Amino acid sequence: MGRHRHEKAYLTAHDAGLTGCRQCGKVWPKDSTQCGRCGAHLQPVSTASLQRVWACWWAGLFCYIPANAYPMLRTNMLGSESNSTIMGGVIDLVGHHNYGIALIVFVASICIPIAKFIAVAYLALVVGKDKRAGGHPHLVIYEIVEFVGRWSMVDVFVVAILSALVQLGAIASIHPGPAAAAFALSVAFTMISAQSFDPRLIWRGPKVSSPPHD
Amino acid sequence: MNTTLDPAAYLACPHCDTLHHSKHLAATERARCARCDTLLIAPRARSFIHVIALSFTAMILMAGAIFFPFLKIDAQGFSNASSVFQAAMAFSDGLLLPLSIGVLAMIVGLPAVRFAALIYVLWPLTHGRPAYRHARTVFRLTEEMQPWAMAEIFIIGTAVALVKVAGLAHVSLGPAFWAFCALIIVTALKNSYMSSWTIWDAIATKKPI
Ligand SMILES: [Zn+2]
Ligand SMILES: [Zn+2]
Repeated sequence: MGRHRHEKAYLTAHDAGLTGCRQCGKVWPKDSTQCGRCGAHLQPVSTASLQRVWACWWAGLFCYIPANAYPMLRTNMLGSESNSTIMGGVIDLVGHHNYGIALIVFVASICIPIAKFIAVAYLALVVGKDKRAGGHPHLVIYEIVEFVGRWSMVDVFVVAILSALVQLGAIASIHPGPAAAAFALSVAFTMISAQSFDPRLIWRGPKVSSPPHD
Repeated sequence: MNTTLDPAAYLACPHCDTLHHSKHLAATERARCARCDTLLIAPRARSFIHVIALSFTAMILMAGAIFFPFLKIDAQGFSNASSVFQAAMAFSDGLLLPLSIGVLAMIVGLPAVRFAALIYVLWPLTHGRPAYRHARTVFRLTEEMQPWAMAEIFIIGTAVALVKVAGLAHVSLGPAFWAFCALIIVTALKNSYMSSWTIWDAIATKKPI
């Protein structure tokens, strides 16, 4: 549908002097503060909402550092203990020729978080200005970030399953390391950061005067 | 023209704020956002029944996933089994305890609560009766919980863990593993039938009083 077509002008509720509910889509007069249908708080389209985006962005970045520096897993094999960080785990998998799984872990735990930090920061810096150039690509970036961000949690679940499962007495045992908590927090903060981003800011700027869409 | 628009005649895409004319659709029609393709309106009665049936199925599968054995490994005479619950509790000693609670919520708690909440909200609506009390709040919370319910991500995590263990020990998959896989498929089906706008509309128009 509209997605792949050439970018054209769409009238937003904000342009029309109305407020759309971000929860349920109901449209209300401009100065309403609460949605009469679903009870959600109606936020005005404002760059003030970016403060929360940035706060959670920094918190996520702050947690991401120990998440990579400390061990994710502590493995005890026949009496010898080894610690592995996120990157160490990926290298380990490559060493055992599990390239597909190594790629999944690498993408989910390293590429996605870093790409997400960059994407959210980029969106927060460029939107809400008077120009609305690049609206459609920005919406695509936002959708990808929203869709993909939670998948980073996969590594936390891997640690949980391995630690619960591999308890073979003297032969082998696996315990979670402190990085698991830091990583989970980092993912959670970046998820909140992306959720706090108001996509309507992408379309703020000079008004478009096309009729509402069917 | 800005002053002449009547709010009641439109809906704004919750995703990108594009204004659309709101209208009632025939049973087989669906309305998507012209700009971002978000599903805006799905036909009411049929989709509600589907969502209820699938949520109910998902809850049964979830119960199976919790109570049946999940994974078991054997190596050199030692063996160990783990349930989904034990996997979540892997972080339960010491400082990592809050993480255990978080993981348990993401893989079992929130998905289960969401299924129950959907049934609570939709059940009276399919029968043409007004929504139960607090249906608005319940459904709003259900929507907000969605990104945090991570059952499908947990299954990918299981696959990764299985590969990591494969060289070390023999792994057998329990019924809970298959229940969880089925749960993912049912959840995806349910999501394809759900349209928030339509559910909100039904809650609002069949409100008591
Ligand atoms: Zn609303
Ligand atoms: Zn849209």
